[in-house]
Amino acid sequence: MQTLSVTVQQQDFSVDAENEQLLRQSDNIGAVANFVGVVRVSNAHSTVTAMHLEHYPGMTEKSILQVLQNAQRRWQVTAARVIHRVGRLRPGDRIVYVGVASEHRHAAFEACAYIMDYLKLQAPFWKKEITSNGARWVDARKADAAAARRWVE
Amino acid sequence: MFKILFFAKLREQLGTAAMSVADESVTTAAQLRQLLVDTNGERWRASLFADNIIVAVNQEVVDWSHPLQAGDEIAFFPPVTGG
Repeated sequence: MQTLSVTVQQQDFSVDAENEQLLRQSDNIGAVANFVGVVRVSNAHSTVTAMHLEHYPGMTEKSILQVLQNAQRRWQVTAARVIHRVGRLRPGDRIVYVGVASEHRHAAFEACAYIMDYLKLQAPFWKKEITSNGARWVDARKADAAAARRWVE
Repeated sequence: MFKILFFAKLREQLGTAAMSVADESVTTAAQLRQLLVDTNGERWRASLFADNIIVAVNQEVVDWSHPLQAGDEIAFFPPVTGG
């Protein structure tokens, strides 16, 4: 595994196995921080029975790798990994894994949050919810842009 | 030749995921968008000129004034909603 790595895949992942991989990148890791995104069962409008995730192959991996490189420029990041699932997912399914290994916890926590904020803003994925009221493409949220802006203040 | 890609809601509205454009007289992303509407009909205008439509050239998000070169891959898509 490279120090920074990105995988887009249909299948599920093991959070434990990914964390173990991160720990093996160096003998001087003091902290691993994680984010795991999960499909919610309901949104503001209706009950979600399934979610379809589409992406732009190639650009997706490149854009997330750029986010990881930017995080590494800003914090002490020994290793970082992102896995994002695509295809058909159901409520309760894991969608995304972010793992950051660092010498210290603050760098790990902050880099993990930064990576997730920018992934949401920049990585070309699109969610379509299959609900009790039919299918609908999920709208981008202004709150997501605001979340990323806090890192440039 | 330009390689054109459409994603998500835009792909569904236009009924196509990918196409090629042989006309290389257009020199910017904005001109290409206009050419697509001129060639494919007014139905495309509402979709391609919708608010917030994003354009990427060779897998980098760019401004509409971004110059184009033969062989470029140009993608049009709505705001992203991953994570």
